[in-house]
Amino acid sequence: MDSKQLTKSTFNLLITAIATLLIATVFASKVSAGPIDTYKFPDEVMKVRFQHLTYELRCPKCQNQNLADSNSPIAQDLRHEVYEMLLDGRTDTEIMDFMVDRYGEFVLYRPRVNSLTYLLWFGPVAFILIGGFVVFLFVRKKDVKTADLSTDQQQQLNSILKDD
Amino acid sequence: MKVIIRLIPLILFLLLGVLLYRGLSLNPQDMPSALVGKQFPAFTLPSLVNGEKQLSNASFAKGIKLVNVWATWCPSCKVEHPFLVKLAQDKRFNLYGLNYKDERQPAQQWLKNYRDPYVFTIFDQQGSLGLNLGVFGAPETFVVDHNNVIRKRFAGVLERNVWQREFLPLINTIEDEIANGQ
Repeated sequence: MDSKQLTKSTFNLLITAIATLLIATVFASKVSAGPIDTYKFPDEVMKVRFQHLTYELRCPKCQNQNLADSNSPIAQDLRHEVYEMLLDGRTDTEIMDFMVDRYGEFVLYRPRVNSLTYLLWFGPVAFILIGGFVVFLFVRKKDVKTADLSTDQQQQLNSILKDD
Repeated sequence: MKVIIRLIPLILFLLLGVLLYRGLSLNPQDMPSALVGKQFPAFTLPSLVNGEKQLSNASFAKGIKLVNVWATWCPSCKVEHPFLVKLAQDKRFNLYGLNYKDERQPAQQWLKNYRDPYVFTIFDQQGSLGLNLGVFGAPETFVVDHNNVIRKRFAGVLERNVWQREFLPLINTIEDEIANGQ
Protein backbone atom coordinates (compact mmCIF):
# COMPACT_ATOMS: atom_id res chain seq x y z
CA MET A 1 0.00 0.00 0.00
CA ASP A 2 1.56 3.32 -0.95
CA SER A 3 1.11 6.45 1.06
CA LYS A 4 -1.60 7.82 -1.25
CA GLN A 5 -3.74 4.74 -0.79
CA LEU A 6 -3.18 4.88 2.93
CA THR A 7 -4.42 8.48 3.08
CA LYS A 8 -7.48 7.51 1.06
CA SER A 9 -8.40 4.60 3.31
CA THR A 10 -7.93 6.77 6.41
CA PHE A 11 -10.19 9.34 4.81
CA ASN A 12 -12.85 6.70 4.11
CA LEU A 13 -12.65 5.48 7.68
CA LEU A 14 -13.12 9.01 8.94
CA ILE A 15 -16.17 9.56 6.73
CA THR A 16 -17.71 6.31 7.96
CA ALA A 17 -17.13 7.30 11.55
CA ILE A 18 -18.71 10.71 11.10
CA ALA A 19 -21.69 9.22 9.28
CA THR A 20 -22.21 6.67 12.04
CA LEU A 21 -22.10 9.39 14.65
CA LEU A 22 -24.62 11.50 12.77
CA ILE A 23 -27.01 8.60 12.35
CA ALA A 24 -26.63 7.67 16.01
CA THR A 25 -27.42 11.25 17.02
CA VAL A 26 -30.57 11.28 14.91
CA PHE A 27 -31.78 8.02 16.42
CA ALA A 28 -30.81 8.95 19.93
CA SER A 29 -32.89 12.11 19.79
CA LYS A 30 -35.92 10.01 18.88
CA VAL A 31 -35.67 8.06 22.12
CA SER A 32 -37.63 9.97 24.73
CA ALA A 33 -35.63 10.43 27.89
CA GLY A 34 -38.56 11.89 29.87
CA PRO A 35 -40.38 9.99 32.56
CA ILE A 36 -43.42 7.99 31.56
CA ASP A 37 -46.63 8.27 33.52
CA THR A 38 -49.76 6.43 32.60
CA TYR A 39 -52.34 9.07 33.30
CA LYS A 40 -55.69 8.61 31.60
CA PHE A 41 -57.50 11.73 30.54
CA PRO A 42 -61.22 11.94 29.81
CA ASP A 43 -60.58 14.14 26.80
CA GLU A 44 -57.84 15.41 24.55
CA VAL A 45 -58.10 18.99 25.79
CA MET A 46 -57.25 17.98 29.35
CA LYS A 47 -54.29 15.98 28.10
CA VAL A 48 -52.94 19.02 26.28
CA ARG A 49 -53.55 21.20 29.35
CA PHE A 50 -51.67 18.68 31.49
CA GLN A 51 -48.75 18.68 29.08
CA HIS A 52 -48.76 22.45 28.98
CA LEU A 53 -48.85 22.82 32.78
CA THR A 54 -46.14 20.29 33.47
CA TYR A 55 -44.06 21.98 30.79
CA GLU A 56 -44.48 25.42 32.33
CA LEU A 57 -43.98 24.40 35.95
CA ARG A 58 -40.49 23.99 37.27
CA CYS A 59 -39.36 21.17 39.50
CA PRO A 60 -38.39 22.73 42.85
CA LYS A 61 -35.71 20.17 43.59
CA CYS A 62 -34.03 19.70 40.22
CA GLN A 63 -33.92 23.30 39.24
CA ASN A 64 -33.11 23.04 35.58
CA GLN A 65 -35.96 20.76 34.66
CA ASN A 66 -39.67 21.22 34.37
CA LEU A 67 -42.17 18.85 35.93
CA ALA A 68 -42.69 17.00 32.67
CA ASP A 69 -39.00 16.31 32.30
CA SER A 70 -38.00 15.31 35.79
CA ASN A 71 -37.99 11.91 37.41
CA SER A 72 -37.42 13.13 40.95
CA PRO A 73 -40.00 12.03 43.54
CA ILE A 74 -41.22 15.56 44.14
CA ALA A 75 -41.81 16.09 40.41
CA GLN A 76 -43.78 12.84 40.27
CA ASP A 77 -45.88 14.01 43.21
CA LEU A 78 -46.50 17.40 41.69
CA ARG A 79 -47.43 15.86 38.33
CA HIS A 80 -49.92 13.70 40.17
CA GLU A 81 -51.24 16.76 41.99
CA VAL A 82 -51.66 18.63 38.69
CA TYR A 83 -53.50 15.62 37.28
CA GLU A 84 -55.83 15.38 40.28
CA MET A 85 -56.58 19.08 40.15
CA LEU A 86 -57.35 18.88 36.43
CA LEU A 87 -59.78 16.02 37.05
CA ASP A 88 -61.22 18.10 39.86
CA GLY A 89 -62.14 20.73 37.29
CA ARG A 90 -59.75 23.45 38.42
CA THR A 91 -58.63 26.05 35.93
CA ASP A 92 -55.03 26.41 34.76
CA THR A 93 -54.72 29.67 36.68
CA GLU A 94 -55.92 28.02 39.88
CA ILE A 95 -53.37 25.24 39.48
CA MET A 96 -50.57 27.72 38.83
CA ASP A 97 -51.64 29.74 41.89
CA PHE A 98 -51.73 26.58 43.99
CA MET A 99 -48.11 25.84 43.09
CA VAL A 100 -46.95 29.44 43.55
CA ASP A 101 -48.62 29.56 46.98
CA ARG A 102 -46.55 26.59 48.10
CA TYR A 103 -43.30 26.83 46.19
CA GLY A 104 -43.13 30.50 45.31
CA GLU A 105 -42.80 32.34 42.01
CA PHE A 106 -39.78 30.17 41.47
CA VAL A 107 -41.86 27.29 40.07
CA LEU A 108 -43.00 29.35 37.11
CA TYR A 109 -40.73 29.00 34.13
CA ARG A 110 -42.42 32.07 32.71
CA PRO A 111 -42.20 34.58 35.54
CA ARG A 112 -45.13 36.89 36.13
CA VAL A 113 -44.81 40.52 35.17
CA ASN A 114 -44.39 42.54 38.37
CA SER A 115 -42.07 45.18 39.77
CA LEU A 116 -39.42 42.54 40.49
CA THR A 117 -39.42 41.19 36.95
CA TYR A 118 -39.74 44.40 34.93
CA LEU A 119 -36.02 44.34 34.19
CA LEU A 120 -36.26 40.72 33.09
CA TRP A 121 -39.22 41.30 30.80
CA PHE A 122 -38.45 44.70 29.38
CA GLY A 123 -34.66 44.81 29.78
CA PRO A 124 -33.93 43.21 26.40
CA VAL A 125 -36.26 45.60 24.59
CA ALA A 126 -34.66 48.53 26.44
CA PHE A 127 -31.20 47.32 25.49
CA ILE A 128 -32.18 47.05 21.81
CA LEU A 129 -33.61 50.57 21.92
CA ILE A 130 -30.50 51.94 23.61
CA GLY A 131 -28.29 50.09 21.14
CA GLY A 132 -30.31 51.38 18.21
CA PHE A 133 -30.08 54.90 19.53
CA VAL A 134 -26.31 54.66 19.95
CA VAL A 135 -25.89 53.29 16.43
CA PHE A 136 -28.11 56.09 15.15
CA LEU A 137 -25.93 58.69 16.91
CA PHE A 138 -22.74 57.27 15.45
CA VAL A 139 -24.10 56.92 11.94
CA ARG A 140 -25.55 60.41 11.88
CA LYS A 141 -22.32 62.03 12.97
CA LYS A 142 -20.23 60.63 10.16
CA ASP A 143 -20.86 62.86 7.11
CA VAL A 144 -19.64 61.45 3.88
CA LYS A 145 -16.80 63.64 2.80
CA THR A 146 -16.54 64.20 -0.94
CA ALA A 147 -13.32 65.61 -2.26
CA ASP A 148 -13.52 67.54 -5.46
CA LEU A 149 -11.75 65.94 -8.36
CA SER A 150 -9.20 67.81 -10.32
CA THR A 151 -9.75 68.23 -14.05
CA ASP A 152 -7.23 65.50 -14.82
CA GLN A 153 -8.90 63.10 -12.49
CA GLN A 154 -12.32 63.90 -13.94
CA GLN A 155 -11.09 63.16 -17.43
CA GLN A 156 -9.56 59.92 -16.29
CA LEU A 157 -12.80 58.90 -14.67
CA ASN A 158 -14.81 59.72 -17.75
CA SER A 159 -12.52 57.68 -19.95
CA ILE A 160 -12.82 54.67 -17.61
CA LEU A 161 -16.58 54.94 -17.57
CA LYS A 162 -16.70 55.28 -21.34
CA ASP A 163 -14.72 52.11 -21.85
CA ASP A 164 -17.24 50.08 -20.07
CA MET B 1 -17.83 64.41 27.42
CA LYS B 2 -16.36 62.29 24.69
CA VAL B 3 -14.17 60.49 27.19
CA ILE B 4 -17.21 59.57 29.25
CA ILE B 5 -19.02 58.20 26.20
CA ARG B 6 -15.98 56.12 25.33
CA LEU B 7 -15.88 54.74 28.83
CA ILE B 8 -19.53 53.71 28.85
CA PRO B 9 -18.96 50.21 27.40
CA LEU B 10 -16.20 49.57 29.92
CA ILE B 11 -18.40 50.74 32.79
CA LEU B 12 -21.29 48.57 31.56
CA PHE B 13 -18.94 45.62 31.27
CA LEU B 14 -17.64 46.12 34.80
CA LEU B 15 -21.17 46.41 36.20
CA LEU B 16 -22.22 43.24 34.40
CA GLY B 17 -19.07 41.54 35.66
CA VAL B 18 -19.82 42.48 39.26
CA LEU B 19 -23.42 41.27 38.88
CA LEU B 20 -22.44 37.93 37.40
CA TYR B 21 -19.58 37.44 39.85
CA ARG B 22 -22.00 37.93 42.71
CA GLY B 23 -24.28 35.38 41.11
CA LEU B 24 -21.53 32.78 41.34
CA SER B 25 -21.55 32.85 45.11
CA LEU B 26 -25.32 32.53 45.51
CA ASN B 27 -26.70 29.17 46.62
CA PRO B 28 -29.43 28.13 44.18
CA GLN B 29 -30.95 25.80 46.77
CA ASP B 30 -31.42 28.70 49.12
CA MET B 31 -34.89 29.74 48.09
CA PRO B 32 -37.24 31.96 49.99
CA SER B 33 -40.26 29.99 51.03
CA ALA B 34 -43.62 31.09 49.73
CA LEU B 35 -45.01 30.16 53.13
CA VAL B 36 -43.07 32.51 55.36
CA GLY B 37 -45.61 34.85 56.93
CA LYS B 38 -48.51 32.49 56.34
CA GLN B 39 -50.43 30.31 58.74
CA PHE B 40 -49.23 26.76 59.25
CA PRO B 41 -51.54 24.77 56.95
CA ALA B 42 -54.45 22.88 58.47
CA PHE B 43 -54.02 19.12 58.63
CA THR B 44 -55.47 16.01 60.21
CA LEU B 45 -52.96 13.19 60.20
CA PRO B 46 -52.15 10.23 62.43
CA SER B 47 -49.31 10.22 64.91
CA LEU B 48 -46.30 8.15 63.90
CA VAL B 49 -45.84 6.45 67.23
CA ASN B 50 -49.49 5.89 68.03
CA GLY B 51 -51.36 5.27 64.78
CA GLU B 52 -54.79 5.69 66.32
CA LYS B 53 -54.14 9.18 67.55
CA GLN B 54 -55.12 11.96 65.12
CA LEU B 55 -53.06 15.13 65.14
CA SER B 56 -53.96 18.62 63.94
CA ASN B 57 -52.92 22.23 64.51
CA ALA B 58 -54.70 22.07 67.86
CA SER B 59 -52.25 19.40 69.03
CA PHE B 60 -49.34 21.84 69.06
CA ALA B 61 -48.52 23.37 72.41
CA LYS B 62 -48.56 27.16 72.75
CA GLY B 63 -45.39 29.10 72.13
CA ILE B 64 -42.66 28.63 69.57
CA LYS B 65 -42.65 25.45 67.50
CA LEU B 66 -39.98 23.85 65.39
CA VAL B 67 -41.28 21.41 62.80
CA ASN B 68 -38.62 19.13 61.39
CA VAL B 69 -39.35 17.20 58.20
CA TRP B 70 -37.57 13.86 58.12
CA ALA B 71 -37.72 10.37 56.64
CA THR B 72 -35.80 7.14 56.93
CA TRP B 73 -34.93 7.28 53.22
CA CYS B 74 -33.06 10.52 53.80
CA PRO B 75 -29.37 10.08 54.65
CA SER B 76 -28.89 13.72 55.72
CA CYS B 77 -31.63 13.24 58.31
CA LYS B 78 -29.42 10.72 60.04
CA VAL B 79 -26.60 13.27 60.08
CA GLU B 80 -28.92 15.85 61.53
CA HIS B 81 -30.53 13.64 64.16
CA PRO B 82 -27.97 13.92 67.01
CA PHE B 83 -28.22 17.70 66.83
CA LEU B 84 -32.01 17.49 67.06
CA VAL B 85 -31.71 15.32 70.16
CA LYS B 86 -29.60 18.08 71.69
CA LEU B 87 -32.01 20.81 70.55
CA ALA B 88 -34.93 19.05 72.18
CA GLN B 89 -33.47 19.93 75.59
CA ASP B 90 -34.03 23.63 74.90
CA LYS B 91 -37.21 24.63 76.69
CA ARG B 92 -37.78 27.83 74.72
CA PHE B 93 -39.57 25.94 71.96
CA ASN B 94 -41.13 22.58 71.22
CA LEU B 95 -39.69 20.34 68.55
CA TYR B 96 -42.13 18.38 66.41
CA GLY B 97 -41.42 15.86 63.69
CA LEU B 98 -43.07 15.49 60.33
CA ASN B 99 -42.35 12.05 58.97
CA TYR B 100 -42.58 12.67 55.24
CA LYS B 101 -43.50 9.98 52.68
CA ASP B 102 -42.16 7.14 54.75
CA GLU B 103 -43.16 3.72 56.07
CA ARG B 104 -44.45 3.50 59.60
CA GLN B 105 -42.46 0.52 60.82
CA PRO B 106 -38.94 1.62 59.82
CA ALA B 107 -39.72 5.15 61.00
CA GLN B 108 -40.76 3.91 64.43
CA GLN B 109 -37.63 1.78 64.54
CA TRP B 110 -35.55 4.86 63.66
CA LEU B 111 -36.88 6.72 66.67
CA LYS B 112 -36.14 3.73 68.88
CA ASN B 113 -32.60 3.38 67.54
CA TYR B 114 -31.57 7.02 67.53
CA ARG B 115 -33.79 8.37 70.33
CA ASP B 116 -36.94 10.41 69.82
CA PRO B 117 -36.37 14.16 70.17
CA TYR B 118 -39.89 15.10 69.08
CA VAL B 119 -42.88 15.98 71.26
CA PHE B 120 -44.81 14.08 68.64
CA THR B 121 -44.27 13.10 65.03
CA ILE B 122 -46.90 13.61 62.36
CA PHE B 123 -47.10 10.63 60.02
CA ASP B 124 -47.54 12.07 56.53
CA GLN B 125 -47.30 9.01 54.34
CA GLN B 126 -48.90 10.58 51.26
CA GLY B 127 -46.93 13.79 51.64
CA SER B 128 -50.11 15.88 51.73
CA LEU B 129 -49.01 18.18 54.54
CA GLY B 130 -45.56 18.21 52.99
CA LEU B 131 -47.09 19.47 49.75
CA ASN B 132 -49.00 22.19 51.55
CA LEU B 133 -45.80 23.23 53.27
CA GLY B 134 -43.95 23.38 49.96
CA VAL B 135 -41.55 20.66 51.08
CA PHE B 136 -39.47 19.23 48.28
CA GLY B 137 -37.07 17.04 50.14
CA ALA B 138 -35.81 16.23 53.56
CA PRO B 139 -34.53 17.40 55.93
CA GLU B 140 -36.35 20.70 56.21
CA THR B 141 -37.10 22.68 59.32
CA PHE B 142 -39.83 25.24 59.89
CA VAL B 143 -40.05 27.78 62.66
CA VAL B 144 -43.68 28.45 63.63
CA ASP B 145 -44.46 31.25 66.04
CA HIS B 146 -47.01 31.55 68.85
CA ASN B 147 -49.66 32.74 66.38
CA ASN B 148 -49.11 29.63 64.28
CA VAL B 149 -47.46 31.72 61.56
CA ILE B 150 -44.53 30.19 59.69
CA ARG B 151 -41.52 32.42 60.26
CA LYS B 152 -38.76 30.47 58.57
CA ARG B 153 -38.15 27.54 56.34
CA PHE B 154 -34.74 25.96 56.26
CA ALA B 155 -33.85 23.25 53.74
CA GLY B 156 -30.81 21.20 54.65
CA VAL B 157 -28.99 19.76 57.61
CA LEU B 158 -29.38 21.64 60.87
CA GLU B 159 -26.12 22.06 62.70
CA ARG B 160 -24.64 24.36 65.29
CA ASN B 161 -23.44 27.11 62.95
CA VAL B 162 -26.70 27.37 61.05
CA TRP B 163 -28.58 27.26 64.29
CA GLN B 164 -26.65 30.11 65.85
CA ARG B 165 -26.62 32.21 62.72
CA GLU B 166 -30.16 31.79 61.46
CA PHE B 167 -32.39 30.31 64.13
CA LEU B 168 -31.34 31.78 67.46
CA PRO B 169 -31.84 35.44 66.44
CA LEU B 170 -35.30 34.59 65.10
CA ILE B 171 -36.25 32.76 68.28
CA ASN B 172 -35.11 35.76 70.30
CA THR B 173 -37.24 38.03 68.10
CA ILE B 174 -40.31 35.86 68.55
CA GLU B 175 -39.73 35.72 72.31
CA ASP B 176 -39.63 39.52 72.37
CA GLU B 177 -42.88 39.61 70.45
CA ILE B 178 -44.48 37.24 72.94
CA ALA B 179 -43.23 39.40 75.80
CA ASN B 180 -44.73 42.48 74.14
CA GLY B 181 -48.02 40.70 73.74
CA GLN B 182 -48.06 40.77 69.96
